[in-house]
Amino acid sequence: MKRSRKPAAVLPALLLTTALAGCAGGGGTGSNGTLTVFAAASLKSSFTEIAERFEAENPGITVTFSFAGSADLATQLSQGAPADVFASADAGTMAKVQEAGLVHGEPRDFATNTLAITVPPGNPAGIRSFADLGRPGTRLVACAPQVPCGAAAARVADSTGTVLSPVSEENSVTDVLGKVISGEADAGLVYVTDVRSAGTRVEGIPFPEASAAVNPYPAAVLAGSRNEAAAGRFLDLLAGPEGQEVLAADGFGPGPV
Amino acid sequence: MTGGHAGRQAYTGVPRWLYALAVLAALVVVLPLAAMVARVNWANFIPLVTSGPALAALGLSLRTAAASTALCIVLGVPLAVVLARGRFPLLGLLRAMVLLPLVLPPVVGGIALLYTFGRQGLLGGAIEVLGLQIAFSTTAVVLAQTFVALPFLVVSLEGALRTGGQRYEAVAATLGASPGTVFRRVTLPLVLPGLASGAVLSFARSLGEFGATLTFAGSLQGVTRTLPLEIYLQRETDPDAAVALSLVLVAVAIAVVALAYRRPGGKVRNQQASGERPTTAATPGGALT
Repeated sequence: MKRSRKPAAVLPALLLTTALAGCAGGGGTGSNGTLTVFAAASLKSSFTEIAERFEAENPGITVTFSFAGSADLATQLSQGAPADVFASADAGTMAKVQEAGLVHGEPRDFATNTLAITVPPGNPAGIRSFADLGRPGTRLVACAPQVPCGAAAARVADSTGTVLSPVSEENSVTDVLGKVISGEADAGLVYVTDVRSAGTRVEGIPFPEASAAVNPYPAAVLAGSRNEAAAGRFLDLLAGPEGQEVLAADGFGPGPV
Repeated sequence: MTGGHAGRQAYTGVPRWLYALAVLAALVVVLPLAAMVARVNWANFIPLVTSGPALAALGLSLRTAAASTALCIVLGVPLAVVLARGRFPLLGLLRAMVLLPLVLPPVVGGIALLYTFGRQGLLGGAIEVLGLQIAFSTTAVVLAQTFVALPFLVVSLEGALRTGGQRYEAVAATLGASPGTVFRRVTLPLVLPGLASGAVLSFARSLGEFGATLTFAGSLQGVTRTLPLEIYLQRETDPDAAVALSLVLVAVAIAVVALAYRRPGGKVRNQQASGERPTTAATPGGALT
């Protein structure tokens, strides 16, 4: 009888400590000296580099990132995730966040991204142009029309009159890229920056028709930010020559600022 | 229910604090589901779940899950029998390997399947020679589902075989039945409830398969985009549709689990010595039938 008491006391105590530890770990954002940036996954390498420069120019401020799909980040923000800056890979997602009243001031376009054809090394299917993607028997993988990269692909196909019949419509460019890297797909439609980041694992084929769907990247200071001044300076850095240089090196086009 | 133990039957020795924690545990599962149900847009529910893409996804899910379950039965029954009755070295290792998909993240299964059946995979060349194409096809969906669902059938059936014991099989064998006859006439009928619940669980697991399918099969309406993939895609643009379709999947899952855990006729076998070995050797060639 005595023995059975022990877990009775220990278990709730254990639960309580775990719960409290969880609370303590949760709400650390927005405190002085931290800038939390929610950014589209494609911005990871550029933003990591830009953040290093930002921290050098703003001593005492640490930049922390959450990189994910723009739509996922927007959902998290609308559910109350604390952040100072949101950088989206498409205007539509930013517009949703703005409509929800989460944006402070106006979003600014700081970069653009353009579609590119990507093929496995050696280009086994002999893809040369955008029209080749519509050839029967070509295993094309693209994004689903519901996501920004798929919407862009559909716009280009419409403007050129090419009928695309992908063997798979993925949720994200990284999924498309994966299918090309593994050699399952003959060709994929991704962004120029994705081809750049995949290095030698894929080949990129730029095509002139891509100009029909240039994708702007907007960034904004968030209404819930407790560090608006620093957030504004981060946006300035993005749009300034230093930020633009880093973004251009990763394949982004200049933002129409 | 023997007289001496009557007092013990009435005693329910569950301490009260255990109830509190049990309620907490139940809430961990029930609360998120309730929260999701609360978000359902009931006004548009019917149009949302009967849209073209939704019906295509549901139909594909049901067809592929049925095919995977059939494949699990064909492959899983022999495997479960060998694991429960076989005697050879490395049996334990084989069992551990077969149960691996239960604990592996499905995406890992998808990658493994890709390197097996993919274009540049282990069997890719042979498959291409045969003029077949697995990646991006419905076959790939079925393979992914079978990979993750097979352990459920094997575990259920192996458990039924072990608790069933071998007494009746031994008796049949002493009466002259061949191993094949014993298997068909005695073993299978005895474990049928276990096989049925294993099959239902495999079906449920196949229906919920997501990670391996996304990695290995791709996502195309009517071909590879099953209901979970459709939900994942709709979530990007139309959360209402995603929630409505999630509810459909939850309803199907509840029905399936209820079916699997229904006690058929309240039959409870209670063998005194389930580990009993056949003491008499079977007489080969003897005719029982």
